[in-house]
Amino acid sequence: MRRKALTPAEAAALVPDGASVMIGGFLGVGSPRRVIDALVARGAKGLTVIGNDTGRPDLGIGKLVSAGCVAKVIVSHIGTNPVTQQKMLAGEMEVDLVPQGTLAERIRAGGAGLGGVLTPTGLGTSVAEGKQVVTVDGRDFLLETPLRADVALLHCYEADYYANLTYRLTAQNFNPVMAMAADIVIAEPDEVVPIGVIPPDHVRTPGILVTHLVERPQ
Amino acid sequence: MDAKEIIARRVARELRDNTLVNLGIGLPTLVARYVPEGMLVAFQSENGIIGFGARPPEGMEDPNLTDAGGGFISALPGAFAFDSATSFALIRGGHLDMTVLGGLQVDAKGRLANWKVPGRMVAGMGGAMDLVAGAKRVVVAMQHAAKGEAKIVPELTLPPTAARPVSLVVTDLAVIEPTADGLVLRERAPGVAVEEILAATAAPLILPDTIPEMPL
Repeated sequence: MRRKALTPAEAAALVPDGASVMIGGFLGVGSPRRVIDALVARGAKGLTVIGNDTGRPDLGIGKLVSAGCVAKVIVSHIGTNPVTQQKMLAGEMEVDLVPQGTLAERIRAGGAGLGGVLTPTGLGTSVAEGKQVVTVDGRDFLLETPLRADVALLHCYEADYYANLTYRLTAQNFNPVMAMAADIVIAEPDEVVPIGVIPPDHVRTPGILVTHLVERPQ
Repeated sequence: MDAKEIIARRVARELRDNTLVNLGIGLPTLVARYVPEGMLVAFQSENGIIGFGARPPEGMEDPNLTDAGGGFISALPGAFAFDSATSFALIRGGHLDMTVLGGLQVDAKGRLANWKVPGRMVAGMGGAMDLVAGAKRVVVAMQHAAKGEAKIVPELTLPPTAARPVSLVVTDLAVIEPTADGLVLRERAPGVAVEEILAATAAPLILPDTIPEMPL
């Protein structure tokens, strides 16, 4: 299906207050910066944000935290954002810490129709509290449940007007797994190219997964 | 030679040819400077690349090419970029030969704590729990003590990163190997006496007949 590219503000209007939102990126690299700015500008409220980290106070998911758009984060790391730590200690924001590899696999499971994943990560730590331990061939694993979200906000390198996506270098990170795990999937490209320009082997996220495309930077 | 250089140089001697190695943020990153001449080591950055090199010259950085600390890096010829699920499949799946991580505490069982100081600092585990659970060898690179307080302790007082013991602990004073019998003092830093190491260590140490100076 051909898609008309939206402005970042139009894309941000698709994210309801209180929604669960997956946001790609690692310390802001590979995060959809223009849509994040538009969410801040719109004054989004009560979001549950799922991502690798909360960036820095003026970077990536950190911008949403600083602007008070976020009620809860599910992330692997908050060490680079003192505002997250302050809001967590003040009880203004809930923080659920998940090991990075477990986070990736829970999202993958959510998008792949799996009932969960079994991982050795977290055994013998606070991560294991309240979780089922499953023994397979004599080895213990933690049962980790799938994660899905109402919306996924992705950054990509190129998109065509079918919303086939390519990524670049370390800006891929969580974007490809998140593309599979949300009901509304919005992709923010650095460049939009005509259909047919991206060779089939180079498409990392097929357009059938992407519900909305954001225009190229002006 | 300062403490960090001693640690980085000694850890670099644990590197082996044609292996995949992950270096944590901070002190462990320095190990890449001391790869032995002629040895081919592929370094992984958990955010999604194998085969990265030094920061490019000013003005030649790529905003889509960074390390796990957010710093700009370069891609060496033959590099491979991938998503987070693949990155951690490599880490957990037995494909990573060695990881080097920083530490807040190591205890007599060889368990590591490095992600949270309750009530003071919550960094989050990032990739550390997966790395300790999955890498073939886990080397801890840390200062032996912090402001006079021992970091090698009988029992962790900080939340553990994994139940699994680490393979080796390298500090500015010593090389210590966790074994089934306890922590064995394998080497001492140049000019450091065994008594000095014992005084800076809260956990019991097993002392072999010979404890050589660490090669740097």
